[in-house]
Amino acid sequence: MGFETIIGMEIHVELETKSKIFCSCPTTFGAAPNAHTCPVCLGLPGTLPVLNEEVVNLAIKAGLALNCGINYYNKMDRKNYFYPDLPKAYQISQYDLPICSGGIVEIEVEGVKKEIRINRIHIEEDAGKLVHMEDEPHSLIDYNRVGVPLIEIVSEADLRSPLEAVEYVKVLKSILEYAGISDCRMEQGSLRCDANISIRKVGQETLNNKVEIKNMNSFKELIKAMEKEEKRQRELYTFGEGHKVIQETRRWDSGKGRTVSMRTKEDAHDYRYFPEPDLTPIVISSGLVQSIKEQLPELPPAKKIRFTEEYHLTDKEVDILVGDKSLGEFYEGTVKLGAEPKMAANWILGDLLRLLKEKELGFDAIPVKEEALVKLLKLIESGKISGKIAKEVFEEMFITGNEPEAIVKEKGLGQISGEDVIEKIIIDILQANPQSVEDFKNGKLQAVGYLMGQVMKATKGQANPQMAKEMLEAKLKE
Amino acid sequence: MQIATMTIDEIRVGIREQKFTAQEVVKALFQRIKKVEPEIGGYITLCEEDALQQAIIVDEKIKAGEKLGKLAGVPVAVKDNICTDGIRTTCASKMLEDFIPPYDATVVKKLKAEDAIIIGKTNMDEFAMGSSNENSAFKIVKNPWDTKRVPGGSSGGSAAVVAAGMAPLSLGSDTGGSIRQPAAFCGVVGLKPTYGLVSRFGLIAFASSLDQIGPLTRTVKDCALSLEVLQGNDPMDGTSVKEVKTKSYLDGLEEGVKGYKIGIPKGFLQKGLNEEIAKAIEDSIEKFKELGAIVEEIDLPITDAELSAYYIISSAEASSNLARFDGVRYGYRTEDFQKLDELMEKTRTEAFGGEVKRRIMLGTYALSSGYYDAYYNKAQKLREKIRQQYQEIFKTYDLIITPTTPSLPFLCGEKVNDPMEMYLGDIYTININLAKLPALSMPCGFSKEGLPIGIQLIGGEYTEDKILKAAFALEEELKLSTIIPEGKEEI
Repeated sequence: MGFETIIGMEIHVELETKSKIFCSCPTTFGAAPNAHTCPVCLGLPGTLPVLNEEVVNLAIKAGLALNCGINYYNKMDRKNYFYPDLPKAYQISQYDLPICSGGIVEIEVEGVKKEIRINRIHIEEDAGKLVHMEDEPHSLIDYNRVGVPLIEIVSEADLRSPLEAVEYVKVLKSILEYAGISDCRMEQGSLRCDANISIRKVGQETLNNKVEIKNMNSFKELIKAMEKEEKRQRELYTFGEGHKVIQETRRWDSGKGRTVSMRTKEDAHDYRYFPEPDLTPIVISSGLVQSIKEQLPELPPAKKIRFTEEYHLTDKEVDILVGDKSLGEFYEGTVKLGAEPKMAANWILGDLLRLLKEKELGFDAIPVKEEALVKLLKLIESGKISGKIAKEVFEEMFITGNEPEAIVKEKGLGQISGEDVIEKIIIDILQANPQSVEDFKNGKLQAVGYLMGQVMKATKGQANPQMAKEMLEAKLKE
Repeated sequence: MQIATMTIDEIRVGIREQKFTAQEVVKALFQRIKKVEPEIGGYITLCEEDALQQAIIVDEKIKAGEKLGKLAGVPVAVKDNICTDGIRTTCASKMLEDFIPPYDATVVKKLKAEDAIIIGKTNMDEFAMGSSNENSAFKIVKNPWDTKRVPGGSSGGSAAVVAAGMAPLSLGSDTGGSIRQPAAFCGVVGLKPTYGLVSRFGLIAFASSLDQIGPLTRTVKDCALSLEVLQGNDPMDGTSVKEVKTKSYLDGLEEGVKGYKIGIPKGFLQKGLNEEIAKAIEDSIEKFKELGAIVEEIDLPITDAELSAYYIISSAEASSNLARFDGVRYGYRTEDFQKLDELMEKTRTEAFGGEVKRRIMLGTYALSSGYYDAYYNKAQKLREKIRQQYQEIFKTYDLIITPTTPSLPFLCGEKVNDPMEMYLGDIYTININLAKLPALSMPCGFSKEGLPIGIQLIGGEYTEDKILKAAFALEEELKLSTIIPEGKEEI
């Protein structure tokens, strides 16, 4: 009996604004606890929220990037619940009139393309963070994150496997990064996903109870958690215990590798939403939407097509290069500076990625300048250094940040192409190895290899190998 | 110096012309406060030292010939739900008994910028919920005209201190009549401006879509002068007026009401209205006619449904606004608790008074899933209808006139146990907040027992100038503003 998995995603993304959504506190990550707070974001009595217009602009941008409709009239609402990380005891969010509705994201899994519908995008404020200390009777609160602007992107239940869900998040992430909407750092919590999962028999029309999974902080955790939940539900349905799949929220415990029930539908909050009286409705002009549309950069789907056509790269190469905004920009930067597209791709996808991985650096922390890589490629093309030497130079560039010419000069790695110099060395080698010369003359052609090795050894590998080989053979035939 | 009857205008002119100093004003005022206040209970906090310091600064400015603010040397009492930097702001609640805000409300900033002197924080109903001031967690306020009677609420302290000559100007807040009703009960002038004309930043919210700050003064001219200082856009308040709708209210204040079209709602006189009040209002209407106004009856039903809409909306917003008082960050915290839920529950149970709890419960219920449409949504629809109704009337009329209250100041304790009866007292004032309109209450006579009677002048959005002109004209006719409650004339 076949089952199918039905997944819908709710993704919270922190917007890349300088200041918080309702006050002028900075949004930067990693400050000392409560350093980025003021009476407004702390919700002190008498203070009022004032909407940061940049939040509206970025939310519109997100909507346009994800093919949504923009609601020219939308409004903020209060979502009421008591929790210490929420200083006003309500979160200012959007309920029945979100800023964007309807949208499409295209994903591709195992060669099959699929459109995933987006239900809505709404604006809201983030909450603070509770710090629970081991062996301490009380918890601490850090309100730095309170009031950081978020958008929540809610998909339709169009995803049919954890793999599709992960691919959807990846595509979404790259679009949001490209459009400059969010830095989407899962490890810092600036992109957080919740998954709604249910299982049903193939052919069944109605949906079964869905379970919401929270607290998945990386792609690895995301796939693990969803597969685990899928398995848990499948087992219950398979063995006739399907009634045990209740509508509930479960938290992924990455340490234990399993989901744990947080709350069931029965004890779900009644959030008592109502229109936020401290903020006037958000009225958007078509002119604003148009100007944001015009500012929208090229997004990954279009970029992939262009990379394939212009640079003649393989699908796999394009996927990796476009999959990350910083990497894609780095690549295109080098090409624009004159690098041969295929060669640049080979170096970036080969040596650069390897070194980044070794040094545990992200794509946004590439220590080599685009100009420097282009210079290195030019050195190879002009025959000044060999490909092999270039690898050594590149590693040095990666570590020290020095220019390739400087490294070549300092380490004496320049290729010897002067005929006089090479000829002199060849003559010396031939004189020192009469036996090998004799062997060659007697028809043992492999002697050339040995002699060539000697030449390279004498030049510390810097002789232009092509040239040296031709000259050596010419000399032997004299 | 006859500080008790001095108006803002007299004080600022006197100081400017160096007839007396700001320090003399402040000293005389505190002398009077020491004598009168124990009987009235209008203040929660007094700031004598700070006030004297401020007065010294003003006097030095005068000596140095520096430019003076519009309210230089004028003492101001501020309702205790309006935040004052470094001065505790309690909302007359155990919850905020020790709360000292690290910021000034925008209105307080504006007063300071005009060299006014903050002298203290006035008593009120807890979190501005009430119509008698008996809901203060600390002490009740007595009506200066008869100390057995209530001063009205929730800005009862603000009205009483002005009436009793303990401040020429006070700030109040009005959510459903909380400036106008105590102004009527205490025989002073109180204005609720158009929603948005005065910034709410720093006003501890009761019902955000209804709250407005306004002045209470002894004369209409003082009211106009104060409003000029208080009004204007505030980038810290997203609901404050955007375009420049602010005006000078002193210019043309004496122009009179000739040609004004005034509407009188049909049937309001029958609506359980006290006879003496009805008579006083009718007399005032006659005065307006004599002054050249055209008075007509208009169709404007005042119904209980509107009262319900008001209590649903205001309580719903209050239930959310007051949720932040959970004992976690500031304010009262219960002493004994094991878990988070217990901390919050006990804190709120112990520190909120009965009326506040009643409204939180009412509002929470009205917003609950399954009841939202039947209550909150329905109330909002009615509110919109009321707004339209008023807008329609103000296309033709300049003003609407009604009594401010249906009854005279009642006895302390008389209605404490009957919240419905208390709520009915708001019948003439709540609609104005629902419609976001400006309205002023001023004395228009006295009952046989010597209790003040208030008349309410209502205008269209941002027509405070018209209201003030009409009020000024009536005041000139009646000459009631110099009367001070018996036994309180002397220092």
